Amino acid sequence: MSAPATHFKEASRRMAADLRHRRIIQTAMVKYETVRDQRKLWFQDWQGARNLAARTKFEAVNHLDQYLEQFVRLIESRGTKVHWAGNAEQGREIIFNILRAKNAKVVIKSKSMTSEEIHLNDAMVAAGYEVAESDLGEFIMQLRGEEPYHLVAPSMHLTRGEIQDTFAQKLNETTTDSPEDLTMLARRVMRRKYLQADVGITGANFAIAETGMISITENEGNARLTSALPKTMVTLVGIEKVLPRYEDLALFLPMLAVMGTGQALTCYNTQYGGPRQPGEADGPEEYHVVLLDNQRTLLLADAEQRDTLGCIRCGACLNVCPVFRNVGGHSYGTVYAGPIGSVITPHLRGLKQWKHLSDASSLCGACTETCPVKIDLHHHLLQNRRNASAPTAGKPGFFQKLAFKLFAVVANHAALWSLTTKLSRLGMKLRGLVNGSFFDPTRAWTKTRELPPIAKQSFREWLKEREL
Amino acid sequence: MSERDNIFARIKEALMLKAHASHGHGLPLVEEHRRVMPPVGVTIEEQLTLFANNASELKATFKFVKDVAELAAELKVLSAAEQWQRAATHTGSLAHSQTMALGLATIVTNYGYDKDELELCDVGITECDALIAQTGTVLVTSHSAGGRALSCLPSHHVVIAHRSQLVADLPEAMSLVKQRYSGNYPSMISFITGPSRTGDIERIIVLGAHGPKRLTILCLQN
Ligand code: SF4
Repeated sequence: MSAPATHFKEASRRMAADLRHRRIIQTAMVKYETVRDQRKLWFQDWQGARNLAARTKFEAVNHLDQYLEQFVRLIESRGTKVHWAGNAEQGREIIFNILRAKNAKVVIKSKSMTSEEIHLNDAMVAAGYEVAESDLGEFIMQLRGEEPYHLVAPSMHLTRGEIQDTFAQKLNETTTDSPEDLTMLARRVMRRKYLQADVGITGANFAIAETGMISITENEGNARLTSALPKTMVTLVGIEKVLPRYEDLALFLPMLAVMGTGQALTCYNTQYGGPRQPGEADGPEEYHVVLLDNQRTLLLADAEQRDTLGCIRCGACLNVCPVFRNVGGHSYGTVYAGPIGSVITPHLRGLKQWKHLSDASSLCGACTETCPVKIDLHHHLLQNRRNASAPTAGKPGFFQKLAFKLFAVVANHAALWSLTTKLSRLGMKLRGLVNGSFFDPTRAWTKTRELPPIAKQSFREWLKEREL
Repeated sequence: MSERDNIFARIKEALMLKAHASHGHGLPLVEEHRRVMPPVGVTIEEQLTLFANNASELKATFKFVKDVAELAAELKVLSAAEQWQRAATHTGSLAHSQTMALGLATIVTNYGYDKDELELCDVGITECDALIAQTGTVLVTSHSAGGRALSCLPSHHVVIAHRSQLVADLPEAMSLVKQRYSGNYPSMISFITGPSRTGDIERIIVLGAHGPKRLTILCLQN
């Protein structure tokens, strides 16, 4: 078993049994579901909107070269410097070069999963830069030295008390545990950083080809300030984030908000087309856009799973996933958790090491059903399973074959079938005597689950009674 | 070959294979967007009501003022109630004259400013490009609202708008931006929907995470 697989197995077993954790996540998700469903009804035709969004992304991804070329040409025409990073290391190097050229000391960041993907923070901190994550959830994660728990809500697994403790320990600041007070404390701390920072680094939600702009979605205003105050602004963006037209935002911004947080529209949806232009009051003197490939062209080359590049990182598939809800975001050991993470991580980081994530699914299809851009997530998990087992495909092991043969015999003979049902009922009773002990054959299963009792009456018995 | 060429070569090669799944071809028309998107009513009155309702749901303050005199009076009331000491604005003629009339220490961002001082301002008063009924959104740009920081750094953002700036929906706002600025886009275009907020602590909404704690929209009737 690969190291990531061992971690996943160990962590998910632990988390699934952690009732407190499950309660926190459950409460948060139920709140999310309620507001999300109200917002979906606000649309005249939500399913129609998903079709249009999927169509738009299909067009964008399948003409990626054209749209990317157009985006770059236009954003460069306003004085933006565009950089190309083939992999994570090149991405970090480009950003380090900018930091060195600007003689930077303090860096302020707004939320960017792509920067997590290339482990930018750790690298900057190791190189001696002072780095501040300005998004509240990310800030809390940074203070605790944890990875974001969730694409959209990095700190959703924490209670206010835990956050209060973190602030007290790491910032030496005490306050009550009210979310209001905790938020205001973070606001005060971060304000100083905005004013000090030499360079601001942001992520991006969309890159618009038609107008040559980056679009950033956020609620807190931290990205707005990150892009307003430091003299140099850097945006790190995956090459797949292009949208063809400015008007496409009219569809995607509300859909992202509804799926991400259940809002109609996120507080700030801002487009950046360059550094400060002549006649403007403020803004950075330099604007750098770093376009990152890092195996995205590999996903593009997979004709079956190309649609995964349309992902808008709304986090909806995590929220509805029964596996995510039970094992939590950290068990995956990946930057991108949940169904989308399970699908793309084997592509981004190697199938051999990460194929176990294809099994982190009940294949219920809830993810596919909710995805606003209609990515066929659960089928992609099946395809990854197939790809991982390709060399031995069609050759099940001896015991597996035997088990299915026996099952076929039983299932094909009515008398045997009903005998087996009766025997199982007896077995259930006997199991009660050894419940959970070494002699209990079901103990691996029942350690974290309840074994539902077999019905007192089978369907056939029930039917017979009524036919008489 | 440069890294740019490498990446483009990989993209072109990848795209030689046809994607398995298809979601239909070509880009949807704006009319198709409108058929699925949230409804916005037909008349201006309906849309004004929609904007007002959305704004109040977002915990923004939305008020009509009859004329410039009433606008000035409204600002005076706000200034007194919140005990403004310092204000910031830009060279937009209405925002500028109204802010100056308050008689406070004032920063005008277009003339250059010190960011620490802007941070101390109690209020940023700006104009805007449009109000969007569908979502209760205020559209500002670095041209119309005095740069990037003014509408985000002071703890209260006051927007002076005009009734004629109301647009029905997001597609209309997008096409307005394209018409107004095409060829000379501002470096920042921001769709502001309510005051800054966060739900990162137990999903409980707190206003004023990093941006303004309050958003007030004063809309001139004439
Ligand atoms: S795969 Fe779909 S549902 Fe999941 S994060 Fe991406 S866009 Fe959202």
